[in-house]
Amino acid sequence: MKDHFFLAFSNLRRRGLRSWLTMIGIFIGIAAVVGLISLGQGLQGAINEQFEQLGKDKIIIQSKTIGPPGSATSEKLILTTKDLEAIKNVRGVESVVGMLMKTSFLKFKDESKITFAIGINPEDISIFSEMQNFKVIDGRNLKKGDGFKAIVGYNNAVDEKIWKKAVEVGSTIEIEGVEFKVVGILGKTGDPYNDAGIYVPKETLREVLNVNDEESEIIAKTQSGFNPSDVADAIIRKLRQERDEKKDQETFNVQTSEQLLTTFTNIFGIVQAVLVGIAAISLVVGGIGIMNTMYTSVLERTKEIGTMKAVGAKNSDILQIFLFESGLLGLVGGTIGVALGIGLGKSVEFIAATALGTNLLRASISFPLIFGALTFSFLIGTLSGVLPAMQASKLKPVDALRYE
Amino acid sequence: MKNDYIIELKNVCKYYKLGDTEIKALCDVNLQIKRGDFLAIVGPSGSGKSTMMNLVGALDISSRGDIFLDGQNIEHLPESDLAQIRGKKIGFVFQTFNLIPTLNAIENIALPMIFHGVGKKERMERAEKILKEVSLTHRREHLPKQLSGGERQRIAIGRALANDPEVILADEPTGNLDSKTGMEIIKLFVDLNKKGKTIILVTHNLDLIKYAQKVLKIADGKIIEHRKIKQQKVK
Ligand SMILES: Nc1ncnc2c1ncn2[C@@H]1O[C@H](COP(=O)(O)OP(=O)(O)OP(=O)(O)O)[C@@H](O)[C@H]1O
Ligand SMILES: [Mg+2]
Repeated sequence: MKDHFFLAFSNLRRRGLRSWLTMIGIFIGIAAVVGLISLGQGLQGAINEQFEQLGKDKIIIQSKTIGPPGSATSEKLILTTKDLEAIKNVRGVESVVGMLMKTSFLKFKDESKITFAIGINPEDISIFSEMQNFKVIDGRNLKKGDGFKAIVGYNNAVDEKIWKKAVEVGSTIEIEGVEFKVVGILGKTGDPYNDAGIYVPKETLREVLNVNDEESEIIAKTQSGFNPSDVADAIIRKLRQERDEKKDQETFNVQTSEQLLTTFTNIFGIVQAVLVGIAAISLVVGGIGIMNTMYTSVLERTKEIGTMKAVGAKNSDILQIFLFESGLLGLVGGTIGVALGIGLGKSVEFIAATALGTNLLRASISFPLIFGALTFSFLIGTLSGVLPAMQASKLKPVDALRYE
Repeated sequence: MKNDYIIELKNVCKYYKLGDTEIKALCDVNLQIKRGDFLAIVGPSGSGKSTMMNLVGALDISSRGDIFLDGQNIEHLPESDLAQIRGKKIGFVFQTFNLIPTLNAIENIALPMIFHGVGKKERMERAEKILKEVSLTHRREHLPKQLSGGERQRIAIGRALANDPEVILADEPTGNLDSKTGMEIIKLFVDLNKKGKTIILVTHNLDLIKYAQKVLKIADGKIIEHRKIKQQKVK
């Protein structure tokens, strides 16, 4: 066995450049697969963490729209303060937070942007902060009685991230031409939406934007001792009654944080499967490349095969040598591919962290991933070599020796 | 009890089919070769010398007749048994050396032992010994392309000796060498013959025949002469 491996290896070494070229197909494929899976696993891990933060006892209520929260325009579709009050009365609900999110015209110093302004009741700020992992690192939080005051996400307070000049405690930001005074800066959460956010008292934002009773997103917290999905069902029943809607025709959407995670994980799984599937095509191409190289090699070495048979090699010896050779092509290609894939994943992670300011996208490199990729590439190599190796092993000794 | 004849051919024929025509390369050949003989085979080109060597060496199977190697009929055996017989009982020396280009001198010599299942340590010890016998210890790590023709053929002879076979089959081993180098190779064969190996040598060079003990002449696939000659010493 070991000796056959040695014979196979010495052949690969001889073919130098051609061996490397053959391996390109495999290592591109493996690099893509490893890169995608490591990023996928990292992203999934990060999302799980975020949900952990949010807590299993949360129920998220949104209007049924495609697009970000707050983009519902039809009167009938939007959630209202009335809905929020109704949810408060559902058995098993401990507390409810409603948010108003609106794209608005913002101005800081000489810079203008159209971006989200988020309205929250200062009374709800502590429960909201707990859900979003907000910590004030400079100044103070919003508090009861605050009017034209704002707290801003971390990235606002960094030069050149969102604004050219960093926002500071005491700065003034204009929302739709109305000045808000920044009283606090939030610590980095890693979620780019949160870190870019500008949070102001909800009632004040309503006045400024002239929205009456809209709630873009409502989050309910389950009382301990209650099952979140039971409570979610109760909320659905209540809202249906409240909004006078029929079953299965609701214009709103209620999900526990766990359901949300499951939904997300499913969609995410499909997307990832498609991407990895595409990457896998290049592995098939790589396999065909190996097959081609091995066929050429069998032809070139026909006389050598004859010689080996003359000195006692059985068909099975020849088969083994050629299978090892193609398996080794796959394995070495796979090893380089894994290294490249890790590099790829880490670069994406680095770019995401520096350019986008998110730590959601990170490459998670696990032992099963590496081991799996290596085994898989060895298998591809070996499988691609089966036909050429069989051809080689079946050559008749005289014919092989006579081959010119 | 060992048979006196290491090789016996009984009514052996070999036909090659080329489309509709059939080429009779060997016809009704009967031959007995004694253990320890040094036989030179001569004959015009296309007379069937190589065909006979291939049959005797179990590289090919006859169309008719029986071939006994060391008392065993080799004409009805599966390929895996034939491979084993080739590896153990026969050492081949080819005109074109046929060394494995990726293996160095000592690895080439050791190759037949790999297929014979000899362990690495024993293999290397034995290969080292053979390397000394063919006086190429100083070329131990050289690749075939770094060796001269004569050196290559000596390595090839070393490889033929790897599993200590009783028979050495050499089909025009000096064909690609100059006469002086050719003589060195012949001398090696004579020495091996003295140590008890049966040597069968196909050659076109009539000057070399005199170093053998017997001569076999073939023409048109038939044996036309088989006789003892006076063996000359190599100078
Ligand atoms: N594989 C084959 N297919 C068809 N014909 C063959 C084959 N091998 C040999 N022959 C034919 O059989 C005959 C004997 O060939 P062989 O190679 O045994 O001759 P030879 O005596 O070794 O000649 P040379 O001295 O030129 O090597 C020749 O006519 C040759 O053309
Ligand atoms: Mg010939």
